[in-house]
Amino acid sequence: MTTSTAADAVERPEDREPKQMPLAKAITAALRDTMADDDRTLLIGEDIGALGGVFRVTDGLQAQFGADRVIDSPLAESGVIGTCIGMAMRGYRPVAEIQFDGFVFPAFNQITTQLAKIHNRTDGKVTMPVTVRLPYGGSIGSIEHHSESPEALFAHTAGLRLVTPSNAHDAYWMTRQAIACQDPVFVLEPKRRYWLKGEVDFQNPAPDAFTAQVLREGTDATIAAYGPLVPTALAAAAAAAEDGRSVEVIDIRSLSPLDDETIARSGAKTGRLVVAHEAPTFGGFGGEIAARVSERAYHRMLAPVLRVGGFHMPYPPSQEEHRYLPDIDRMLEAVERSFSYDR
Amino acid sequence: MQPIQLLAPDGSFAEDEVYAPYIRALGDDVLREMYRSMATARRLDNEATSLQRQGQLELWVPCLGQEAGQTGVITALREDDMVFPTYREHAMALHRGITPEELLRQFRAAGHSGWDPLEHSFNVYSVVLGAQTLHAAGWAMGLQRDQAAGRAEDELVVACLGDGASSQGDVHESMVFASSYGLPMLYFIQNNHWAISVPVATQSKHPLALRAHGYGFEGVRVDGNDVLASFAVAAHHAPQVREGNPQIIEAVTYRMGAHTTADDPTKYRTSEEVESWKAKDPISRYATWLEAEGHADSGWFSEVDAEAKDLAADLRRAAMSMEGLELERVFDTVYAEPHRQIETEKAWLKDFEAGFAEQTGETEGERR
Repeated sequence: MTTSTAADAVERPEDREPKQMPLAKAITAALRDTMADDDRTLLIGEDIGALGGVFRVTDGLQAQFGADRVIDSPLAESGVIGTCIGMAMRGYRPVAEIQFDGFVFPAFNQITTQLAKIHNRTDGKVTMPVTVRLPYGGSIGSIEHHSESPEALFAHTAGLRLVTPSNAHDAYWMTRQAIACQDPVFVLEPKRRYWLKGEVDFQNPAPDAFTAQVLREGTDATIAAYGPLVPTALAAAAAAAEDGRSVEVIDIRSLSPLDDETIARSGAKTGRLVVAHEAPTFGGFGGEIAARVSERAYHRMLAPVLRVGGFHMPYPPSQEEHRYLPDIDRMLEAVERSFSYDR
Repeated sequence: MQPIQLLAPDGSFAEDEVYAPYIRALGDDVLREMYRSMATARRLDNEATSLQRQGQLELWVPCLGQEAGQTGVITALREDDMVFPTYREHAMALHRGITPEELLRQFRAAGHSGWDPLEHSFNVYSVVLGAQTLHAAGWAMGLQRDQAAGRAEDELVVACLGDGASSQGDVHESMVFASSYGLPMLYFIQNNHWAISVPVATQSKHPLALRAHGYGFEGVRVDGNDVLASFAVAAHHAPQVREGNPQIIEAVTYRMGAHTTADDPTKYRTSEEVESWKAKDPISRYATWLEAEGHADSGWFSEVDAEAKDLAADLRRAAMSMEGLELERVFDTVYAEPHRQIETEKAWLKDFEAGFAEQTGETEGERR
């Protein structure tokens, strides 16, 4: 068994200059830096060892930290989460990789009846500092079960936290904050943005992972989005600006807890709010945001909160995903529609 | 596959070469303690069942008839061997120093659990069956790493399950992990013949111990109503488990009571079957042997009976005076760290209830 940290040879994060890197590699760096700091942090998942994961997020980590800290699991998702629970009980901080969104369901029982509830069940005697990395979302041209957005199911489950980065800097810091958290945290990784490059500043942490951030100021309407649709929302706002509309963009970042205050403040300011996610709108997380903003900012709103999202169907064959997924045009249509309520 | 038996229902002892020596090495203290554990568990069971009938418990899950397997196995293990129980391991829990009051807490619905799992090396009860076997495997993986780092001794980990839960996918996954990583896992399967109303034949047409072979471990079948055989089998196999060879012990026993106090077993099993198992009662055969072999006399048995009666009275008092968790405390333990929505909802509830108090002049906590 290996317990030494080969990471000693690696430059400490605080000595590292800000660096342009893909979002996926920012997560790799976060895992590496955390493991170097804390030998109780372990990774477990399918194909995360020699292969480095199907998206190569754990590339090189098994070679660096050994097979006892970067654990190739049997092909059993319930087993991955269930054993993370046992390891956490013993004082470890496991980070599980679920290979794809659609494969999380065999672990659904362990996540919802166990992981989420053990701290509460034991009246706070047992903490569950387990991180679940879940690559999610579509637009990658794959087959069934590889493009889904199941976040509402987990956001609905008390005891879990959910964060989702939209850029490399957040990906690095959110991953580190998730692992440091004493609660189970899902890091929903926008897999279609894995190769989106951005600057990671290793010396200046991103804002608290559990808050929303205003990414672009505007005055006429707000688009609130998270994960994979944040770059889309920014592009939509840029396009709207060309038409003379000033659109504010909020990166929701955390679904649980939800920073509804920041979103409602923006809604109150612009009077028009569009919430966008890839997941189906029916029973989706956007409805939660709409309800909360309506309650907080009713008298300031000039239009109902509008949702842009997937349709009430299983994720379609990816040949048709371009018609299913919200894009710039769908967001702009909703922004325009929010002006149609003007009295 | 005949279960290993040392003590026959009539109290006679079989001097077998492999297992009997473990019993012959025991002193009166251990032998008597095993009786005391079983008698206490049975008394607890009877008392808790009547408390439920009187509306003092929401539910009770009797372990009636299964005391021997539980007591024998846990007595053979070390105090630091972590146990992951289902919800019926009362004899094991008592052995680990969990008080009857703590045991009842969950069944009075005063909280979801009653003790600190780490303090007793005994996890809280698992109601979603099978799930606990994976937690046990994960604990064993942590243990393995702690051993490599010199932070742990050669503990083993017990995953309890019944014949019903043996059909759960999580049990299979747990055994796969145990096999792949060479985990020090002891799967203690109490085959009590009934998963609520479904007979064991629906879970398995073959002895559950045989499932071990598919995972490459050893499986033994023991008479679960024989405390001595259960002790000896666990004592014999534990050293191999400690070295990273997972094993299954299938204790063949019988759930003499209902599945829970909400169940009616007369709807699915015959009184003849129940009577046939009554004749195999684990406690009376052990009492016969203890007395015949001179390990205890009638005076000692009377003492134990009196202790059990005291426990029953204490239990009743404890149940009646038990303070439940208030909703505020439930809010406070959903997360370990602050969570915006929890704080908002907790504050809202406080204001809402304070509003009622203002209207009626009640003080906080009075409104029930």
